[in-house]
Amino acid sequence: MQQPNKLTPFFENLNFERENNTMVINFGPQHPSAHGQLRLVLELDGELVTKAYPDIGYLHRGIEKMAENMTYNEFLPTTDRLDYIASTANNYAYALAVEKLLGIEAPRRAQVIRTMLLELNRIISHLFFLATHALDVGAMSVFLYAFREREFAMDLMEDYCGARLTHSAVRIGGVPLDLPEGWVEKLAAYIAKLPEEIQTYEDLLTENRIWKMRLEDVGVISAEDALNWGCTGPMLRGSGVKYDIRKEEPYELYAELDFDIPVSDRCDSYGRYRLYMEEMKESIKILKQLIPMYAQTEPQLMAHAPQYISAPKEEIMTQNYALMQHFVLVTQGMRPPKGEVYVPTESPKGELGFYIKSEGEPYAYRLKCRAPSFFHTGLLQEILVGTYIADVVTIIGSTNIVFGEVDR
Amino acid sequence: MRKYTPKDNVQAKAYYTDRFWAAPRVPREAVEEGGHFEKVVSALGESVKESYIEVGQLVLHIASTDNFAVIKTLKEVCGYTQCSEQSAVDYLARDGEFELFYQLLNVHEAKRVRVVCRIKKNEAIESIVPLFNSANFAEREMFDMFGIQVNNHPFLKRILMPDDWEGHPLLKTYPLHGDEFASWYEVDKIFGKEYRDVIGPENRDPAHIDRYDTKRFARVGYEVPFGTDISEGETEQSIEYSETFMVNYNKSSKQLDKRK
Amino acid sequence: MAQHQVNYASSAGLPIALTSVDKLVNWGRSNSLWPLTYGLACCAIEMMASGASRYDFDRMGTIFRASPRQADVMILAGTLSKKHAEFARRLYDQMTEPKWVISMGSCANTGGMFNTYATVQGVDRIVPVDIYLPGCAPRPETLQYALMMLQKKIRKESANMKKNEKQNLRLV
Repeated sequence: MQQPNKLTPFFENLNFERENNTMVINFGPQHPSAHGQLRLVLELDGELVTKAYPDIGYLHRGIEKMAENMTYNEFLPTTDRLDYIASTANNYAYALAVEKLLGIEAPRRAQVIRTMLLELNRIISHLFFLATHALDVGAMSVFLYAFREREFAMDLMEDYCGARLTHSAVRIGGVPLDLPEGWVEKLAAYIAKLPEEIQTYEDLLTENRIWKMRLEDVGVISAEDALNWGCTGPMLRGSGVKYDIRKEEPYELYAELDFDIPVSDRCDSYGRYRLYMEEMKESIKILKQLIPMYAQTEPQLMAHAPQYISAPKEEIMTQNYALMQHFVLVTQGMRPPKGEVYVPTESPKGELGFYIKSEGEPYAYRLKCRAPSFFHTGLLQEILVGTYIADVVTIIGSTNIVFGEVDR
Repeated sequence: MRKYTPKDNVQAKAYYTDRFWAAPRVPREAVEEGGHFEKVVSALGESVKESYIEVGQLVLHIASTDNFAVIKTLKEVCGYTQCSEQSAVDYLARDGEFELFYQLLNVHEAKRVRVVCRIKKNEAIESIVPLFNSANFAEREMFDMFGIQVNNHPFLKRILMPDDWEGHPLLKTYPLHGDEFASWYEVDKIFGKEYRDVIGPENRDPAHIDRYDTKRFARVGYEVPFGTDISEGETEQSIEYSETFMVNYNKSSKQLDKRK
Repeated sequence: MAQHQVNYASSAGLPIALTSVDKLVNWGRSNSLWPLTYGLACCAIEMMASGASRYDFDRMGTIFRASPRQADVMILAGTLSKKHAEFARRLYDQMTEPKWVISMGSCANTGGMFNTYATVQGVDRIVPVDIYLPGCAPRPETLQYALMMLQKKIRKESANMKKNEKQNLRLV
């Protein structure tokens, strides 16, 4: 047995052999299939999981505390690091919550750009889900294919905002930049090619015997349970509840766009996988509609609300009053009205909502991030019980949890 | 005179506020007649102390003892079948109370309700886990972050912070950079307290640069072993700032005096 | 009895090279650096991207291993929280000698933007670090460059150095 000392400490605090013939397995926090830093303590009877206890918090960084100590605009880049696979969705959810608090609305062109970025991000996120889920289940080649397409989508993001992963491309009140020249054409070329690629993945997986055996009837969750455990997004729709915030409580341009909400009644991992593939196709459909909309908009990018949002750079450089406003907003931060707001948005993982309590100060009095993955992790203690140890990784993969937003 | 810093709220505060500035309020609307929300309010009856609509969502203020009954009615009578979020806000410094909120969703009507109640510092709240399993993690997080006790919770234990952590991080009395315990936590845990001197305190200054640090700032192509003297005979100097100011404020004090 | 062949090179044999064992060992070590898949946060996604199709880490002899017992390099990719710190040290202790550490991203280097109660302010408080890699998050090219710098560093080291002793000295 390892001898503990100062430099090589010995941490074992679990008894692995139990009297009733069960065994305790410690899954994580460093496990390649744990999607980050999930620690799962599993009690096994043979190969059957009899008890699962997800231990989270290994990526707790105090983001909600940071929000109380930062002005509203300062905090925006921090939201990138919540769900780092779809940063724009977080930026947008936060920006929308603050906009609702301020009572302003982004101009039309900004809305088109934001919706484009959101849907492009949804594609990036879903491709990432497909890649990691397939890798966990054992289909290595899908990982390589899906990452290839994801890189092309990330090139588009990079062309727009300069970052691959942490975009901060959405600001409170609009977007900072117009689309660069030729971007729309590149996007059109990308989404023209993507359906073929999605077809390739489906050819590889959908009817694949191994894939079906690993996924079908694994991680079954009924509609009632899904609602009860706070499941949202594909987890909820995979259980047959047709609820998509984009459709039911539309924000941004989603009310004007024509798209479907795929639902699966299978309630298992396979249904969820099919759902993700369909959602990517819907995203392509939305992007196709957005491209002609972009050309019809006025070039204004940020909302006009001098009390809260700086004027465009040109005005700041030429007009005295705009400069004064900008100075105050930068040095002191904007002061939203007193009040509280909870704004849900449909991020690729599910319902991402920001609860903001403002006391009229430049710092948020309390900011709570309602992260979908947090509740999906809570669900693990229910759905893992009664499954085999080999299915644990499949179930974790199909819940699509990201630890940046679980632990915040 | 020493500057007064309040102990009950150590979070960042605006360094300047205009004397005449009064914060406006997000508009609150009354619950409209005949709508869905009016049915909700009437179904709850007496237990609602105050109700209004803020940014499209119904806000219900209730007594903290009624929380289970109210949420049960909302779930079973009004069709609010999902609890999206549950947490607290720290008002200890101002009112000596916590404000708790439950964010509920009705998937059929696509309506949201926020149930708000207040509890005193050492009071406990009834758990709603029998109604909504999603509150399991949410209430544990609230306990972890604020130290609010939840009665009848199946497994009330710290969730985000380690089990042996001291303090509740989201309280307004807890500093952003953590207290003494937090700053030495990993050193104490791994190496032991006696290694504190060896490893040294945390560097919380993001602009800190040690010019003679051979460990972090070895020049690419000129790597040296750790601890090598790279000063080349120079004595260690603090970083100097440029003397070629456009305006040297140190020198112009006389000029300013003249202007007076 | 030893038999010597005179025209060794002309009869399609490879020429004889003289080198020190140090260089030979370091050549071997530096060209098959196997990192531990230690994804902590956002940087882990870029680490995965550098292992995936476009950036292709395998061509540098870098194959990600899931077990610390098989790994040479620990790439600490992302924010290290205080709750996780003991596990990071434990994984480092489990790695076999010789071992190196790359601290990837601002959070791992100094705590980065997360200047809060829950974040370790620089992983060098826990484990000795060889390469600090700036960026939030660093691009895959940056990680590849860091690995090339580490290879250079390894080639300069003496092969028999008792690394652990040296590093304990560095840390303690």
